[in-house]
Amino acid sequence: MGFASKSPWVIHYDASSCNGCDIEVLAALCPGYDVERFGIINTGNPKHADIFLVTGSVNEQNIRVVQEIYNQMLEPKVVVACGCCACTGGVFHDSYNVLGGVDQAIPVDVYAPGCAVRPEAIIDAVVEGLAVLEQKSEALQQQRKGA
Amino acid sequence: MSQHTVIPFGPQHPVLPEPLHLDLVVDDERVIEAVPQIGFIHRGLERMTQTHDYNQFIYIAERICGICAFGHSLGYAETIESLLGVEIPPRAEYLRVILHELSRMHSHILWLGLAADAFGHEALFMHCWRLRERILDVFEATTGGRVILSAVIVGGMVRDQDAAMLQMIKDTIVGIKDEYGQLVNTFVNDSSIRSRLDGIGYISKEDAMRYGMVGPFARASNVNNDVRCLGKGGYGKLSTFDPIMDTSGDCFGRAKVRALEVLQSADIIEEMIDTIPGGEVAIPVKHAPEPGAQACNTLEQPRGECYYYALSNGTKYLERMRMRTPTSVNLAGMAMALKGCDLADVNMIVLTIDPCISCTER
Ligand code: SF4
Repeated sequence: MGFASKSPWVIHYDASSCNGCDIEVLAALCPGYDVERFGIINTGNPKHADIFLVTGSVNEQNIRVVQEIYNQMLEPKVVVACGCCACTGGVFHDSYNVLGGVDQAIPVDVYAPGCAVRPEAIIDAVVEGLAVLEQKSEALQQQRKGA
Repeated sequence: MSQHTVIPFGPQHPVLPEPLHLDLVVDDERVIEAVPQIGFIHRGLERMTQTHDYNQFIYIAERICGICAFGHSLGYAETIESLLGVEIPPRAEYLRVILHELSRMHSHILWLGLAADAFGHEALFMHCWRLRERILDVFEATTGGRVILSAVIVGGMVRDQDAAMLQMIKDTIVGIKDEYGQLVNTFVNDSSIRSRLDGIGYISKEDAMRYGMVGPFARASNVNNDVRCLGKGGYGKLSTFDPIMDTSGDCFGRAKVRALEVLQSADIIEEMIDTIPGGEVAIPVKHAPEPGAQACNTLEQPRGECYYYALSNGTKYLERMRMRTPTSVNLAGMAMALKGCDLADVNMIVLTIDPCISCTER
């Protein structure tokens, strides 16, 4: 199972971000930062993805969507919250339509701070996430052997 | 009668980074009707003007949308300035126009990249985004932020740019223009792109007027509603300004209008840098507006005309703030353009209005 951490595929969902973090996520994948050269590829299909990059906070309307994407991803999977909004709700934390960070909806493994989050921070968070992915896949293997 | 099927499009869809949900009623491969559904990213920003004073809210106004971030802080600041009756120094007006046009260039190049991705031209997508990084570098050097700039305050600009910095902006713009010319050439002349875009999602001039469409979406249908023509702020100091128009009204026309607007913005920036006056860049603003005072303001965002309204209650907190953003107007036109198109063209048509859902829902 270790191969997933060599070339992890990411899926990105904009929960209720202001786009600032979204375009930084895309910028990290594009020339300039170009993480594609390390085999990190953006996919639109949750079933292909290993890492879930969420930007923006959750609200009543999109909490289902976030959970649905998370549930459709196969184990092992890692969730990275990109940006202050995804971590805590950010500047909108006291707004009436914001429930809070993404951790209100799904378990988050790595938090990448910043408003907007810098591509460097996203790359750092994904690298951190890879270690978590490795751990999770080992745990999964142990479980299988035990069963 | 044939059977109709409903195909959901979004909210998570590879072509759009933003959550827009469409219910596409299709008959075979043909779209009969498209019903947009929004509400995934409503954050309640207009209400937040009541809990944050006008100096604090400018940072929140900027976070209405991360792509036209500068535009929103500018539009909001101009509204508050007219509410308070404040005149800002001319140098600040020039600097605002320079940064606003830079954001327009960044937004349009970003869009051209996404469009290239939507019709499957991966290399063009990467080239556009590579070029865009150079504009972000300018932002980072001048203001410190890449997408959220926090450069505007009520009463002017946060900091001045010295001559060396302005020269750097100008040099970068000249360099970008050169490379960008080649990209535009591909966009406008490549036969494979033409065959994907020509005649798709046609909107006539009458329909564009009837649906009140704004921005490049309307200008491609030959409706001139560029509010920069009104010559507000620094735009009034330009020697000439002719909006870019097209008569084709299809996806190709919209791509072309945006592609050429980038070059126009580059010219505006160069002219502004050449003629910028000296002096202060901000005046202190502390007083509260008159109770019951109202102000409105329009601004040409990258996506079209954006309208701001503010009502004061005599304190530093506003009673009501209202924004009408370009995408909320254009969604009606988009739903109409989608009628009768092929299922395969849906993503292209959705993209050509350059939807900015987080502006729309706030
Ligand atoms: S963290 Fe900042 S830039 Fe990112 S989505 Fe939130 S407000 Fe926008």
